[in-house]
Amino acid sequence: MTNPTLAAGPVERHLRARRDTGRGLLMPYVTGGITPGWTDYLRAFVAAGADAIEVGLPFSDPTLDGVTIQQAGDTALARGASTRRILADLAGIPEPGVPLVASTYYNLVLHDGSEAFCAALRRAGVSGLIVPDLPLHEADELAEAAAAAGIELALLASPSTPEPRLAEISRRSRGFVYAVSLMGTTGERAALAASAAELTARIRRGTDRPVLLGFGISTPDQAREAGRHADGVVVGAAVMRRVLDGAGPDDLRAFLATLRRALDQECDAPR
Amino acid sequence: MPYVSPWREPVPSEGTMGEPRARGRFGEYGGRYAPESLVEACREVEAAFREAWADPGFRGALAELLTLHAGRPTPLTPARRLSQELGVRLYLKREDLAHTGSHKINNVLGQALLAARMGRRRLIAETGAGQHGVAAATAAALLGLEATVFMGERDMERQALNVFRMRMLGAEVVPVTTGSRTLKDATSEAMRHWVGVTGDSHYCVGSVVGPDPYPWMVREFQRVIGDEARAQCAAELRTGVPDHVVACVGGGSNAAGTFAGFADTPARLTGVEAEGAAGAARGRPGVLHGSHSLFLQDDDGQITPAHSIAAGLDYPGVGPEHAHLRGLGRARYVTVTDDEAAGAAIRLARTEGIVPALESAHALAWVIRAAGDGELAAGSTVMMTLSGRGDKDISTLKELL
Repeated sequence: MTNPTLAAGPVERHLRARRDTGRGLLMPYVTGGITPGWTDYLRAFVAAGADAIEVGLPFSDPTLDGVTIQQAGDTALARGASTRRILADLAGIPEPGVPLVASTYYNLVLHDGSEAFCAALRRAGVSGLIVPDLPLHEADELAEAAAAAGIELALLASPSTPEPRLAEISRRSRGFVYAVSLMGTTGERAALAASAAELTARIRRGTDRPVLLGFGISTPDQAREAGRHADGVVVGAAVMRRVLDGAGPDDLRAFLATLRRALDQECDAPR
Repeated sequence: MPYVSPWREPVPSEGTMGEPRARGRFGEYGGRYAPESLVEACREVEAAFREAWADPGFRGALAELLTLHAGRPTPLTPARRLSQELGVRLYLKREDLAHTGSHKINNVLGQALLAARMGRRRLIAETGAGQHGVAAATAAALLGLEATVFMGERDMERQALNVFRMRMLGAEVVPVTTGSRTLKDATSEAMRHWVGVTGDSHYCVGSVVGPDPYPWMVREFQRVIGDEARAQCAAELRTGVPDHVVACVGGGSNAAGTFAGFADTPARLTGVEAEGAAGAARGRPGVLHGSHSLFLQDDDGQITPAHSIAAGLDYPGVGPEHAHLRGLGRARYVTVTDDEAAGAAIRLARTEGIVPALESAHALAWVIRAAGDGELAAGSTVMMTLSGRGDKDISTLKELL
C-alpha cells in the first residue's frame, strides 16, 4: 500500500501537516473580482489564520448557492469579473503561503476545456478545485485533466450520499473531502445542521484524508462545534455577506480571527 | 438573418428517440450534472419511472386520466382556409384543446401519478408562461398533492392570468427576483428549493431539460402527442405520413413528444425557436440545470439571457435530445422573430378561428414563411403541433394589434 501522504498533492500535504499539529482547519471563501482590490482579502485571510483559501469564479446561474453568494457573484460579474481576469489578478500577487482552491460551476470549465482550464489555474498559482455541479459519476474527464495539470479536484459528499458511493467519493477526492453539512444551498444558518456530525463520521470510516465541513457555518460557536466532527470548516456566505455590506479586509480579518480562536479552543479542549 | 440548421440526408432514424444510452446520454448530450445532494433524488426518480413505465397498471391509470380528465385524444384539425392561402396541406395537432389549454398537462399527469406512487406529498415546479405551473397545480389538486410553483417576477407580470389560475387551484406561487426574472431563474430557484425537500417533494420539471432522467421521462410522457398524431395522419393522409412535422421549441417538450411519433418515418422534422432564445440553432455546448446541451453563452462562458415575446420560449438553452437530433441532422432548428409570431397568431385567428399561444404561433410563423419562399413545396403535407391556446397572451397581443 502506498503512503497516502506521499501520494498526496500539495493541498492535501499542507492540510494534513497542519491538521497533524492538532489545528482545526479554516478555509474562508471569497468571490473573485468582488471589489477592485479583492486580492487584499486573501492577505487578510492568511493573517487571520486561514489554512487554505477558496476563490469563487462567479457564474451567471449558481444553482447550488443561496442568496448571499448569488449576490456576490452578480456583483462581481457586473464589475466585469471573468475567469481570465480573476486568474490574472491571482497571478499578480505574492505567493500567499496557503493553498488557493478555485470553485466554480462546470459550464465555465467546459467553456475553456478541462485541460486548458486546469492549466490556467496552475499558471495562476491555484492548486485545488471544487465544482459543485460535477458529481462523481460525471467527473472522470476533469479528474484526469486536473491530475495531469497538478490540480487537486476535491469532490463533495452530501448527507444523502449512499454508502458505497460515499466511499468512492472519499477515495477519489483530492486535497480534502468537502462535506456538505446539510441538504440545502450555501448560506448562513442559525445552527449547525444535525446531519453534519453523522456525515463526517461516515466519511471518516472510509478515509483519513482531511474532511472540511461547509454550508451554513457562520459563527465561532458553529465553527467550534464543526471542529469537533471534521478537520476544519469552509466559511463562505458569512464572509461574503460582510463584504457585500462594505466590510474591508481588516474587518474580515477580525471576523475570521474569532473563528480561528474558536477552532483553536476546540483543539485545546480535552476530548 | 433567420438561422437555419441543416437537415442531413439520408435521414438517420434507427434507434433515435429511444431510451437514452448509459448515464442518460443522447449522443454526447444529456447526463446528470446535479449537485451531489440531488444525485440520490434523481436516481430515485429514474428507478421509479423505469418501474412505473413498465407497469401496465401505471400506464392504464395514466391513460385513464388523460382521457377522462385531460380530454385526450386531441383532434388533428385540417386548417382548410389557411392551407388554401399557403398552397400546402396544413394539419394542426390541437394540444390547445387539452385540459388547462396546452400540452403541459400530458407531462404533469404522468409525473404527479409517479410522485404519488413514490409517496411524495408535494410537487415543485418552475414555470415560464405559466402553462406548466397551471398544469402542475391542476394535477396536484386532482391527486391530492400540494404544489409550489416558482415563477420569474417578470413573467408573473406578463402572465398575470395564469398566476391567478394557479392560486385558484390551491398552488403556492413563489416570485423569483434573481437574474433575468424569467424561466431560467425560476428553474434555478426550483432546483435550489428541491435540495432541501427531496424527502417529501417531487420536482416536476416542465420540459425535456434537467438532469437524467428528466429529458427522457418528460419526452415519454409527451410522446402521446406524436403517437396520436401519427395514427391520425395514417387515417387522414393518402401517404400515411406527412412530408413535414413542425413544432415550436423552448426547452422542447411538445416538439420532443411530437417528433417521437415520427422519428422512424421519412417525415422531415423542424423545431422552431424564438429568434432571441435560439438555444438549438445558436447555442454552444455547455452544462446548465443538470444536463450537457446547447446554451446561449457569452465569450466568458456566462449564460446570456434569452428574449422572446413568448414567455414559454424565453429559455437560453434546449433539451439535450434536441441538441442530439440537431447533431444527427434528424431534426433541424430554425428561428422566427417576435413580429412573425404575432402576425401568425393573428392570421390563424382570422382564417381558422383559433387563437394560438404565442409559443405555438412561432411554429406557424415558420410554416407561413417556408410556404411563401418555396421551402415547403406546393401541395406538401405539414403536421404542426399547436401546443397551446392564446388566452394567456391576450394582453401582449392587445398591445400589438
